[in-house]
Order: sequence, then C-alpha cells, then structure tokens
Amino acid sequence: MFSYILKRLLYAIPIALSVTLLSFMLVYLAPGDPLNAIAPADAPADVIAALKSAYGLDKPVPVQYGMWLSRAVQGDLGTSIASGRQVVTEVMSAVSNTLLLAGVAGFIGVLFGCVLGALAGYWHGGWIDRIATFLSVIGVSVPHYWLGLVLTIIFSIWLGWFPAMGAGPGGSSEWLWDYDHIRHLVLPAITLAVIPMGIITRTVRALVADMLEQEFVIALRARGLSNRAIFRHIAKNTAPTVLAVAGLQIGYLMGGSILVETVFAWPGTGFLLNTAIFQRDMPLLQGTILVLCMFFVGLNLIVDILQPLLDPRMGR
Amino acid sequence: MALDKWVARWLMVVPVALALHSGVHAETVARYGISMADIPLTTGQPDRGAGAYQFTGHTIYDPLIAWEANIGTRPGKLIPGLATEWKVDPKDQKKWLFTLRKGVKFHDGSDFKADAVVWNLDKVLNDKSPQFDAKQSAQVRPRIPSIVSYRKVNDYAVEITTKEIDALFPYQLPWFLISSPAQWEKVGRDWNKFASQASGTGPFKLDKLVPRERAELVKNAGYWDKSRLAQTDRVILLPIPDALTRANALLNGQVDIIETPPPDVLPQLKSSGFKLVTNVTPHVWPYHFSTQPGSPWTDIRVRKAANLAVDRSGIVALMNGLAVPAYGQLDPTSPWFGKPTFKIKYDLAAARALMAQAGYSPSKPLKAKIVIAQGGTGQMLSLPMNEYIQQSLAEIGIQVQFEVVELETLYLHWRSGAKGDINAGKGITAINLGYVTADPFYALTRFADSRYVAPNGVNWGGWSNPKVDAELDQIRTTFDVKAQDKLLAQVHQAMVDDALMLWVVHDVNPHVISPKVKGFIQAQHWFQDLTTIRM
Repeated sequence: MFSYILKRLLYAIPIALSVTLLSFMLVYLAPGDPLNAIAPADAPADVIAALKSAYGLDKPVPVQYGMWLSRAVQGDLGTSIASGRQVVTEVMSAVSNTLLLAGVAGFIGVLFGCVLGALAGYWHGGWIDRIATFLSVIGVSVPHYWLGLVLTIIFSIWLGWFPAMGAGPGGSSEWLWDYDHIRHLVLPAITLAVIPMGIITRTVRALVADMLEQEFVIALRARGLSNRAIFRHIAKNTAPTVLAVAGLQIGYLMGGSILVETVFAWPGTGFLLNTAIFQRDMPLLQGTILVLCMFFVGLNLIVDILQPLLDPRMGR
Repeated sequence: MALDKWVARWLMVVPVALALHSGVHAETVARYGISMADIPLTTGQPDRGAGAYQFTGHTIYDPLIAWEANIGTRPGKLIPGLATEWKVDPKDQKKWLFTLRKGVKFHDGSDFKADAVVWNLDKVLNDKSPQFDAKQSAQVRPRIPSIVSYRKVNDYAVEITTKEIDALFPYQLPWFLISSPAQWEKVGRDWNKFASQASGTGPFKLDKLVPRERAELVKNAGYWDKSRLAQTDRVILLPIPDALTRANALLNGQVDIIETPPPDVLPQLKSSGFKLVTNVTPHVWPYHFSTQPGSPWTDIRVRKAANLAVDRSGIVALMNGLAVPAYGQLDPTSPWFGKPTFKIKYDLAAARALMAQAGYSPSKPLKAKIVIAQGGTGQMLSLPMNEYIQQSLAEIGIQVQFEVVELETLYLHWRSGAKGDINAGKGITAINLGYVTADPFYALTRFADSRYVAPNGVNWGGWSNPKVDAELDQIRTTFDVKAQDKLLAQVHQAMVDDALMLWVVHDVNPHVISPKVKGFIQAQHWFQDLTTIRM
C-alpha cells in the first residue's frame, strides 16, 4: 500500500508541472499586459520599464517560468502583481472559502444524486425514473450563471429568504456555523451542486439498473433475501464507481466555479482566478492553479486509495 | 401620586429613555457596493484609476491641494487641503511655495509637518529612498509629471520646483496623497503591512481590511476640517465586480449604495424605491482620429460630417439614460467649454453634403479601420455603441471596419500613437477609448499639444495647431485662474472647430442609493466625497 501511495504521489509531480507550464504559456499567449493592473494607461515609458524590471517581466518567458518554479518548490509562490500581497496568503484564504462551498455542494450533490439515481435505477422506466432523468439532464445542462441569477431573483429578491451575495454578514468571510452564515451558503451551494447531482444521478441510475439484471441479484432474490439486503449488495458493488465519479466532481468543484463565485461574490478560488485572469496577474494565477492542481491530485489519490478498500478486486 | 400611577409613568418613561439613549450611541453604517474586484490600494496612492480615489484615497488621506467634491450643482474647484496656501515664486516661476496647515495629526497620532511632505514625494519619485514604493509610484507619477525637485523650507513650508513654468501645476496635486512616515516605521518599513494598518490625515480611518472582500472605514472624529466631518460612523466598502450581483445586493438590502448599475435593471431598481443619482462627469466617449498623412480623417469635412451623422439621443436611449450627449471634449457646463462655432448635433443632410464636398457618398464610400475594445472600464457599452455608430456613419458614406481588442491591448494601441506600427501597420486610423477629462491636462493639453505625440504623450492622432500650441504655452505661464480658464476655453474651441475627434457621449457616473441614504452628493468629478453620506 505504501509503495502504491508513493507511486501515485510521484505521478502527481509531472501533472502539476505540466499544468503550471501550460497555464503560464496560455496566459502569455493571451492578449494584454500584466502591467495594466498596476500602472495607469498613460504611464510613461520609463515607469513601465521600471515596473517591468521590478516584477521581472523584462526577462524571457522561460526564465520567468524557471524563476517562478524554483521559488514555488521552496513554498514561495511570490507576490501578487496587482495587490502586492503574498500569493500563498491570498490563495489559502480563498481555498478555505471554496473548500467550504465545494464541500457542502459536493455533499448535496452526492446525497441527492445517489438517492435519485438509486430510485430511478430501481424503478427504471417508471415515472420516478423519468422525473430523475429530467432533473439530471437539467442539472447537467443548465448554465450555472443563469441558475444562480434565477435562484437569487426568487429567493433573495422576491422572497427575501437568503442573501444575494457574500460569504457572511457585512461581507465578512470569517466563517461561523451560525444561522446568518449558513444563509449565505445556501444559494451558491445549491447552484454549484446541480452538476454533480445530475452526473451522479445518471451514473447511479445506470449502475443500479444494470445490477438488477445481473445473475447474482437474481440468485439473491431466489434465495429469498429481502429487498433491503439485496440493495446492500448492489450498493457495495456500485460504490467504487460512484466514489470515482464523486471524487472527480468534487475536484471540479474545488476549482471553484468562476461563474458561481462571481454571481454570488463568494470570495473563493473561482473569484480569485477570475480576478487574476482579468488582471493578467501571473503569480496569483500560477499560485492558484498550482494549489488547485494539488487539491485535485490529492483528491484523486484519496479515491485511488479508497477504491481498493471498497473492492478488493481492484487491488489485485 | 398613587403608587400604581407612579409605576406606570416609569414603565413608560424608562423604555423611551433607553431607546433614545441607544439611538444616540447606535453606530451608523453605510455599505457601499463598489464595481472593483478588489479594494484599491490603501497605502496612500490608490490603484484602479480615478474612480478609486473616493474609496481609499480622499477618505483615509489628504492631498496638499484638494478638490471640492462635496458640491454637485456646479463643477468643483481647487481648495486648500493640507496646504493652506500655495504661490509661485515671482522671481523663478518654476518654484512653488506651499504653506502647510498647522495642528494636523496623522491617524497614528504623529504630527503632519514639512518632513512628511518631502518623505511622501520621495516615496513616489525617488527610487533611491528607503520608502520608495514602485506600485504607488506607478499610480501617481504620471499624474504629477511637472515635479523635478522639492525641499523643506521650514516645519510648515515646502518648496516644489517644476521642470518648466507650469501654471496648471496645482491641478496635479489632488492626485498626490500624504501617508504617515511614523506609521511606516512602526509597521517595520513594510508597505504591505501598512496597507492593513494605514494611517493618513483624512476624514476616515481604516479600521479593517480584508483583501478582495471589504474595507471598513470609521469616522475620524479628530479630523482637522470640522466642516467635513464624516456624517456616518462607518463606511463598509464591498467589492462586487458583477453589475447584476451589485444590483441584487442592493435590492436584497445587503448594501445601501452601488455604483454603475446595469442599465437594464434600472427600471426595477427605481420601481423598488431606490434612487438613481447621476451627474455631469469628466469623461468622454470619442473616436480619436488620426490626422497623419494617408488617414481618411485628414479632411476636416469628413471629421465634421462624422460628428453630424450620429444621433446621440439614440445612444443615450441605448444606455437607458445613463449618458449625456457630447458637444465637444467637455460638457457645456465646463468653464473651459468656450464658444465653438462648429455646433455638434444630429444633421444627416449637412453631414451628407459635407461628404459629397469631400468626394464621398454611400455608393462611393470612405473606408476606415477603427480599433475598439470589447468592453472594460470607461468603455460603457462598447460593442452596441460602436455598432450603432457604424450604422450611422454608413448612412453618410463612411464604411467602418472594427479591429476589436481587449482593453489592455487597446492601451498598447493608444500609447503607440497613430504612427506606431501597431496602428499604421494595420491600417488603423482612429481609436475608440473613453477619456477622463478631470483637469486641463487630462481634458485638453495631452490631446491638443503637438509635442505630446507618442512616445511623449497621448496626442494619438498627431493633431498639430501652432495657434493652440502657443495658447498652451501661454496657459503655462498664466497664473491668474480666470485668464487661464479663458485660454483653456479657446483651446477647447479650436479642438471642436477642427473636429479633432468624433465626440459621442459623456458618462454620468451613475449610482443607486437606498431610501435610507441621505446626503449623498454626486460631484461633477470622479472624485467623490463620502463624508456627506448620512444614514
């Protein structure tokens, strides 16, 4: 097991390197200039030159990437060009907010996805199946941005049940598990949960429907096992696949949906990435991407470790 | 008195007294949804453009010369700030003597004296000084280009020397704000730490800063200008970059004021009891023509025809009323508007006649390539507005082709000038960029002075008028404000009469406020005064 985990960790290194290199290059290929984030549009040439030199932007791109990488491996992600603040501080603050949002959204998505999928699979072809399929298609198809706005209009503006933006009262993001903070979490979490819910519903539905046709289930029925006992067997057999899909989905959520976080002004990684992209804030963008990449790899690693535990055949 | 009556009276009096007492001491809070993705720099010189000065500039800090931003019924003017007076040395008109205000203290309790002014000038102009901050310098250096040297005369007097004689120099100083040297030392000479423990002399103190989330400003009860004491105990600035989210937050009661509402939500905001506040704003949305050889815009008849071909009321309607027609670089209420003979209006027949005189018609169109931005700060509704103008110009025989770029790329096009390869090499002969027109330099000089072509400045099209150059030189040596205004008006007249640009509309810097907000005054400037807000 130890060597297996070590091997998976080593795989993460080239993945992280590739991701950072790719993002670095993509940002450089994009039009615009990071200096516009810090200098007025009519800044004279000498001011621009001094800033370029101060931020190392006058060096060739490969050198810039090399410098960034050498600092990053020492745990220094540099300072944001736009704000002058430590990237690590900025990213970690955003990550904690996104972890919270993604965790709750993931929980909602997995819970409802599994329940709906199981019901649809068990009664496949029936009206429950049709409703679940309809909901899952909606969940996968509806644009986040639009859904967020619709939920805001209904539940914030018309009904006044939930706040329209922010992570806490008065814009505060110091999280407390109290009524006021939870109210801020509801709409963005539901908005973010619909995609994993849709995908997991479809996955579970297909697996359960398929399992019910399997010979071992027929054999179990023939032995006179109760529906509950049969369902436990089905759940055990579907768990590894569901876990893999759920892990991937929660990983995507960790990326912090840029649109959802922007619509709800939720101060997470998506919001941070959005700002960094618009400002061409290379250190901030690279730092955020690297941290998210590590989360994604870590999450996959956890899934890879859990899967053999749930299904010993996978470890062989 | 019977005991039961006595008790009853007290039972009535006590709650009332308590309520009144708590009312006296209840903190008033104004929550302001700002359109930026982050709180502008809090170290002294805000980043994110002119609009950021109202948030973390003139709230926490003061300039030597301030701008009158607490009046909305007329354009403001220069007023004393941390300097009670300023005058030019009659023997050497490059030298300005500033008399400093006595008894002013920074928020950290240290005294404001001449050393602090010199220290702050070093902070942004002297890269050898320990307090030099490249970021602050980048923000303010382009705005104080005239300063060449400075020195302390005594504890309450500072002398600043300009590169050349420049009578308009005072207009540069509202941009330059004074941070506390003592506080910088106290936080370990670290501007990043200073940002969250800022100290200036302004009407508000920074109480809390959560990057990208909020800044809380509290009233500075010991502010030196008693006429400008903050009317609200606390102002919370909340960055909400998405316009629709800002509007939703206002409708939901999470904020009390928002800037730049989305035009299509305005009817809903108004019908919900919120108040739209707009005013004349120093901003113009033009097409800046190239007058270089080979440009189709070298012919004044074509430039004038373009100005006459656009129905500006249609653009205003497109903006849901969040704009006013432009009749020149400046609004007619400006003291520098003058009396141009070329009247900008919508007159299709006159426009077609001018085009015919120039040898063009819809069947034999003039072709022009114009670089525009997809959107961004100051660009209003860039694409729909440009498409509207494209159609308008087509009606008089001007076939416009757009080169659509990101705003940052547009700045590169702008800084390069019309002659630059990035423009001339692509056949670009006009640029569409929203301009701030807050002071004589920003509104007129930088576009009208033939010596300010790239790389020296942003006279993008290379417009050259010897008479205007002479007037600008005269302005630089005219220290009487009335005479200055007259000369500036002449420069503006010349710009309009020569149709230097196609002027379309001015922004009105819209804000929407909750009925709870009183005393919100929108100045005719990008600088706003948040001290007037009452809740």
